[in-house]
Amino acid sequence: MDAQVVQILQLTLNGISIGSIYALVALGIVLTYKATEVLNFAYGDILMMSAFIGWGLIVVAGIPFWPAALITILIAALLGYVLDRHVMRTIVGQPQFAGVMLTIALAFMLRGLVSMGFGPTSRSYPTPWTGHITHIGPIVVTDLNLVILAAALIVTALLFLFLRYTQLGVAIQASSQNQLAAYLCGIRVKRLNSFVWALTAAMAAVAGLLLAPIALVDISLWFVVLKGLAALVLGGFGSIPGAILGGLLIGLIEQFAGVYLPDGAKEMSAQLILIAVLILWPRGLLGEAHGRRV
Amino acid sequence: MRFAYDTSYSDAQQLLRYRSQWFCYGALAMALILAPWLLPAYYVGELSYLFIVCIASLALMVLTGFTGQVSLGHAAFMAIGAYTHTLLLDQGIGFIPSILGAATLTGFVGLIIGLPAIRVSGLYLAMVTLAYAMLTEQIIGRWKDVTGGFTGIPVSPPSLFGYDLSSLKGFYFLCLVILVAVLLGLINLMRGRTGRAFIGVRDSEAAAATLGIWVGGYKVLAFVISAFVTGIAGALLAHHLQFLTPDGFSVMLSMELVLMVVIGGLGSLRGAIFGAVLIGMLPTLISKIKPLLPTSISSQFGLETFVFGLILALFVMFEPNGLNGRWLKLKILFENFPLYRRNTFRRGKTYMHSERYR
Repeated sequence: MDAQVVQILQLTLNGISIGSIYALVALGIVLTYKATEVLNFAYGDILMMSAFIGWGLIVVAGIPFWPAALITILIAALLGYVLDRHVMRTIVGQPQFAGVMLTIALAFMLRGLVSMGFGPTSRSYPTPWTGHITHIGPIVVTDLNLVILAAALIVTALLFLFLRYTQLGVAIQASSQNQLAAYLCGIRVKRLNSFVWALTAAMAAVAGLLLAPIALVDISLWFVVLKGLAALVLGGFGSIPGAILGGLLIGLIEQFAGVYLPDGAKEMSAQLILIAVLILWPRGLLGEAHGRRV
Repeated sequence: MRFAYDTSYSDAQQLLRYRSQWFCYGALAMALILAPWLLPAYYVGELSYLFIVCIASLALMVLTGFTGQVSLGHAAFMAIGAYTHTLLLDQGIGFIPSILGAATLTGFVGLIIGLPAIRVSGLYLAMVTLAYAMLTEQIIGRWKDVTGGFTGIPVSPPSLFGYDLSSLKGFYFLCLVILVAVLLGLINLMRGRTGRAFIGVRDSEAAAATLGIWVGGYKVLAFVISAFVTGIAGALLAHHLQFLTPDGFSVMLSMELVLMVVIGGLGSLRGAIFGAVLIGMLPTLISKIKPLLPTSISSQFGLETFVFGLILALFVMFEPNGLNGRWLKLKILFENFPLYRRNTFRRGKTYMHSERYR
């Protein structure tokens, strides 16, 4: 096959794989935003912290990958619950700005705690798939990328089923439509918000555990939240399918920009997309149809 | 208790109305003028840095506190001011034209960044400014021919009318004079027609528009004013740093500026100064406290970040009006001492109201 075509296919696969992590991040942020009306700037730091916890469990404590991943996810979920229950709940009813500031404060605290606990060096941990390679025709894929893709698909599918078919999921949907109305229908909105935080923190842990083996366990992992925001905006703010689509597109655009565009385009593309979409086309790709001021 | 009893318009226009105010601010002015001779050299440098930070914080307060537009990207304006000033000085342009040129260019960039503010607001504007700041950092890092890239460029020392101001005392007074000028200018702007329009736009865009205020225009104007003043602060910061690299203007600096404004108390210039002083001094304070802590904590790298976050969280949760709100409460406590009622400032019960469909 033509080398050019192979390269394009290769980039597409890499882009989809990294994009599915962005999609997971965006999904977590949009779920928190829809259900609790708080844009969670600390999401990247929860993700980063779970990567460090995963490293600690696998490398320091010597626990095998699967149980360690499970424990990390549970710890992250607990962290999310506690953060909402004891911190975010104190500012219910205050303007949106207070929520932004409080999540930024939480982000700083988590970042400070992680760098106090683990130090500034970056590290990595082994996974069952590290170093394995699969050949699909002429394309060479690391198994890790395939696992990331599969995990993202599974998480998304589970989330879809949960939101669609369980009572709790429907309650989350109701609360994200109108909190007061949901409360009047007997939904315990505050407790539900804490649950949503736990759920999204667990998703952050999954994304963090997947991202760390390809990016290194490092403080700068939190930057992925900015990619997530770009994905959200591109897909249409507040839309769950949009978050997934946006994440995949941002991943693809980054991969292709890194090869076909001048130096630096890869780093800047997500930010450029965010600004351009918000100014020119605030609804995004799959934004909600009814009028909403951004 | 004091009651305003005006006998002429000029009474109401005075900045300092009472003898006690003249006394307090006079004492403060004297202390600041004498400080370089009384304090050790290290603290004189720190104070100059505080003045620079105060200017930037005041600028962000105009935008966030008075006009209600959150900007998470003010470090980029500082960077543009700093780099423009340095490059203009290298061209042999004098200090005053150079700093004004830097501020004007920054103001112009503020105009461009402010234009989206007509279309996007709130969270979305915060995201736009954050992305813009990260872009600026990248561009400065990659535009090697002009900015020196990530290796950085040196800043030539400041000199005014042939006097060298690069000494500690000289730079101290340069910063102090500019801070006072900026402060007086902004006080007058904020209590005049422009400032009242800003506050109107912040509190309710619909009501402001009904009263004939050009909402979009004033939003952009707030960006321009804020960027202009931030440009001045950036130019001064260039002299303080003496060597410019893009890392000096990272997202962290933007966040620190937002922290100052929120901790100081949104909607008051005094709060901006309080917040800037507290956050600007925090690294020094922490380094002073460090020897007292056990080595396992003090030797760590992220203590500062953690303390920043902790202070911000405590203020958002327990004192949303910031240091300025606390200051007003203290003042009222002392002014009507035995009659102070705690309920004067009790926060009313609030209900969640969605800001999605405005």
